[in-house]
Amino acid sequence: MTMQSTATPVQLLPRRDYVTPVLWVVLFFMVLGVVINLFTNPRWRWDVVSQYIVSEQILAGLATTLWLTALSGIVGIAIGLVTAAMRLSKRAPLRMIASVYIALSRAIPALVLILFIYFFAALVPNIEIGLPFLPPLISVPTNSVITQFAAAVIGLTFILGAHLGEIFRGGVLSVDKGQQEAARALGMPPSTTQLRVILPQAIRVSTPAGANDLISLFKNTSLVSIIGYTELLTTVQSIYARTYETIPLLLVACIWYMALTLLAMGAQRLLERRMSRGFSR
Amino acid sequence: MSTQLTHPAVSCLEVSKSFADLEVLRAISLDVAQGEVVSILGPSGSGKSTLLRCMNRLEQPTRGLIRIHGDPMGYLEEAPGRFRELPERDVARQRRQIGMVFQRFNLFPHMSVLENIIEAPLRVLGSGKAEATEKALDLLARVGLSAKRDAYPEQLSGGQQQRVAIARALAMEPRVMLFDEPTSALDPELVGEVLDVISDVSRSGMTMVIVTHEISFARDVSDRVVFIDNGSIVEMGPPQQVIDHPQEERTRTFLSRVKQAELA
Repeated sequence: MTMQSTATPVQLLPRRDYVTPVLWVVLFFMVLGVVINLFTNPRWRWDVVSQYIVSEQILAGLATTLWLTALSGIVGIAIGLVTAAMRLSKRAPLRMIASVYIALSRAIPALVLILFIYFFAALVPNIEIGLPFLPPLISVPTNSVITQFAAAVIGLTFILGAHLGEIFRGGVLSVDKGQQEAARALGMPPSTTQLRVILPQAIRVSTPAGANDLISLFKNTSLVSIIGYTELLTTVQSIYARTYETIPLLLVACIWYMALTLLAMGAQRLLERRMSRGFSR
Repeated sequence: MSTQLTHPAVSCLEVSKSFADLEVLRAISLDVAQGEVVSILGPSGSGKSTLLRCMNRLEQPTRGLIRIHGDPMGYLEEAPGRFRELPERDVARQRRQIGMVFQRFNLFPHMSVLENIIEAPLRVLGSGKAEATEKALDLLARVGLSAKRDAYPEQLSGGQQQRVAIARALAMEPRVMLFDEPTSALDPELVGEVLDVISDVSRSGMTMVIVTHEISFARDVSDRVVFIDNGSIVEMGPPQQVIDHPQEERTRTFLSRVKQAELA
């Protein structure tokens, strides 16, 4: 020990790094280029953007987008939970229904699905409820049920539900097997075991991916412009179809999508922090 | 009900269990009297944990019947000798009389210590919150962890987690307690505090079945020791007999191996 403390003091230097300074310079010029373009390129038409950004028509479209997101999100979460439960069920018919549903939602492009649902009346003119091979108890024209709004919600929910179903299933599978055993050993019935022990832990694991899906849903609502449902994008399109101010109006839509997505990401972080009770990771 | 006093606390009748091609338990019959403490010893893979897990039906025996205080686990006796398998929620009701402590504690990580203990009394027994909390605090004092009531499991050492797990099981006021290698996952210096709590529970007159590798603990706490190997009971009797004067060669081999491992 004394030998070492009397030896020449050592000097420890960090690793040489030439790459990072170069990257900083590149980044600086990229940002500079964008900023200069934003200020000097007249075709952005900031005057038009500011004219429309909080206009009544745009805000109404935005409200519709938010309403569509909220409704599809809530129904999608419910369908996701049911789908996950069905895929994990010990009853084979339930597993099969859920698997086919998930396979369909993966195989069909969202845009095609929304169109298909909207034109469903061409395939099935009347929706009938009753027992097989017996006269229907209830029969209504499909077109009166599947409005633009209904087609939008059904289409978005169909995709979100299947996606969340797989995320929730992954969450449930990630919970240690000992948790279920402990709950059962305490005499908890299956419903209590799932709701009080498994689900809270599964939801925690599913939150990052699930929140990501809900944020994607907010942007995916723009897909329903294909069937002419008047949400934010459709509103924007109808304005520039009239005024030919395409770029500034798309910019209006982008600004709203970005602003609310950033807000949602903040909410996601708060949610994740709240859910991490008892977990240091 | 009046006949219950004559029933053993645990009665295994020719219990067999196979996983695919592997026969883990071979027609094991074992009775545990009320208030008796029975330790099950045996090499790993001998089936001792599986037998314990069959007792509260976390595992379903392939053949044979287990009764807890006369109640056939997992079945309803429709007519004498005719047993209909019960749905899971009815088995859950049967399990309330059996507490279990796991090797890996299995506390609920999203609940505080206190919440872990009162969860089942609240949700399963329908106890009031004040009453359940009061009982939980008594139990926490008994396992020496009153100060940790608001801690989360991950903030506790393994020994503390296991003591909470014991309190959680006792909160259901079970008639039988099962311990599945309760100290095997612990650092050596934490084993003692958990064994002390288990000894304390045994002195309260609780019927207990303990699967353990702690030979000297088994000798101290047990009324009877069962040695299992290869899915069958090799030898059973008072600890002085099975541990100190084993009759069977397999028991002797196992005990000498464990003693060598402890010295090493």
